[in-house]
Amino acid sequence: MVAAKVIRQDILKMIHDAGSGHPGGSLSLVEILLHLYWKEMKIEPKNPAWQERDRLILSKGHGAPALYSILARRGYFSVDRLNSLRKLGSGLEGHPHMQSLPGLDCSTGSLGHGLGIAAGLALGLSLKKSKSRVFCILGDGELQEGSIWESAMSIPALKQTNITVVIDRNHVQLDDFVKNVMPVEPLAEKWLSFGWFVVTCDGHNMDELKKAFSTKTDKPLVIIAETVKGKGISFMENNALWHGKAPDEEQLKNALKELK
Amino acid sequence: MRPTREGYIEGLLEAAEMDKRVIVVDGDVSRSTGTIAFKRRFPDRFFNLGIAEQNMAEYSAGLALAGYIPFYSTYAVFAAGRAWDQIRTSICNMNLNVRIGGAHGGSSVGPDGATHQALEDIAITRVLPNMTVLVPADSNQTRQAVLASLDINGPVYIRYGRNPVPEVYNRDIPVVPGKGNLLLEGNHATIVAVGVMVAYALEAAEMLAAKGIYVSVIDMVSIKPLDTDLLLDAAEKSKFFVTAEDHQINGGLFGAVSEFLSQHAPCRIIPVAVNNRFGCSGTPEEVMKKLELTADIIKKKVEISLEID
Ligand SMILES: Cc1ncc(C[n+]2csc(CCOP(=O)(O)OP(=O)(O)O)c2C)c(N)n1
Repeated sequence: MVAAKVIRQDILKMIHDAGSGHPGGSLSLVEILLHLYWKEMKIEPKNPAWQERDRLILSKGHGAPALYSILARRGYFSVDRLNSLRKLGSGLEGHPHMQSLPGLDCSTGSLGHGLGIAAGLALGLSLKKSKSRVFCILGDGELQEGSIWESAMSIPALKQTNITVVIDRNHVQLDDFVKNVMPVEPLAEKWLSFGWFVVTCDGHNMDELKKAFSTKTDKPLVIIAETVKGKGISFMENNALWHGKAPDEEQLKNALKELK
Repeated sequence: MRPTREGYIEGLLEAAEMDKRVIVVDGDVSRSTGTIAFKRRFPDRFFNLGIAEQNMAEYSAGLALAGYIPFYSTYAVFAAGRAWDQIRTSICNMNLNVRIGGAHGGSSVGPDGATHQALEDIAITRVLPNMTVLVPADSNQTRQAVLASLDINGPVYIRYGRNPVPEVYNRDIPVVPGKGNLLLEGNHATIVAVGVMVAYALEAAEMLAAKGIYVSVIDMVSIKPLDTDLLLDAAEKSKFFVTAEDHQINGGLFGAVSEFLSQHAPCRIIPVAVNNRFGCSGTPEEVMKKLELTADIIKKKVEISLEID
């Protein structure tokens, strides 16, 4: 497995090169994606269309830089391509576009879509008696979309257990802290009452993530991964101003220094 | 060069100053679209509902029922698209005084890519009964569109963009619903444009004039109601029209102009618009070039229309 700091370095350089993008919500995703792509998911990077693979839907599509770095480092495509983020014709679209890059299981970018798509995909796979699982990552601000709760209601009702939801609970959205914009608490209780099995863990701790993902339950599982927006870069951490802004030359230098 | 979103915010602040009924409803994009300036100035009249566009539309409908004039805004794809049934059935069917701000319209969000480029918003708002649709060309006109909306009875959709665009208007030229602006007069052909394409149309006209081809340029800021008098006048002078919009080819300005002229003054109308495809990441200029939305293309289309003759 590559080191988390390598992914974080990729993310920062990519967004700097692109001149735009979302560092905060990419940095908070790193350990979750590392766990999924190295420890959890059944995949064959050299055969991205393999029917038996597990699927990942990054519903918070603006976290694309983290996913692209992970896919490149896992061998889906060359690491050299990472510096073409958001450039015309590069395939590394600002928000994931499935037909443009190997390893993407779904296109996303408009918040609140991913869970419903994941539910339909999981339903289709189980109808085909496939053993593949579907993982879906949601932002905590994204939970404000009503569509999320329509899917949260139907998945347990249809007894769909081949789907696992991870909430990147970094407590910050675009404008401000989630609690200041539109609180989503009590979060665990909400999912519980909708019929889910809820596990909370430190989303930056690989052991805790492993334990959370290995939870045995006959209900659909949701993991509330407590994370830090901008994780690893002191001036970006817990700061909504770094939701959607590219670091300039100086800021990039300082950020990379912190990752040494 | 100024982004039209700045004109939107300026207009909003002035409108709120003049009219106590003005309220702003936001969807977690106030720092990105600029409505945070409104929040700072009028904290009691600003409501951030979080990432919940359908809820924004319904709150606005309710506020209008209570006698307020709510302006709700977020990125145009979501403002118009995500809440379309709410707009149709709650806001338009009751003819409510809701103003919808479609920020980051067209391909102005370049690097964000296809999901964020609103290329269908004009079509899906224009098709709704009671709706007024305004697509200003620059920041001054956007400010005027916001101010004009105060006097409109019923819902209004205003589309504006993120990136700096050339300035076409002085600060004090008003926007009048149902009225376009004749910016240039010529007898060979007429270019009807909206939004950022107005500046490109003027640029194309200049290039054409250098070759001895003289065109009229109409800014159809009010796509709905459409300025039909202006179109009829133009149709008397020249038989050829080129429409130009940062929007899909179907249902937008090309649709509006064709629907009218085909009935009342049949003639050849050639579109400059996005040819039934999604956008992609790139700088706004690169994306517009790829989608064939440039002054050069407008010029070529005029030349083609004249050759066909
Ligand atoms: C439907 C929709 N509305 C608005 C946006 C604009 N937007 C992009 S990211 C974001 C905030 C997301 O917050 P959160 O889900 O908490 O993500 P994170 O903090 O992990 O980046 C917003 C409002 C969008 N992409 N989609």
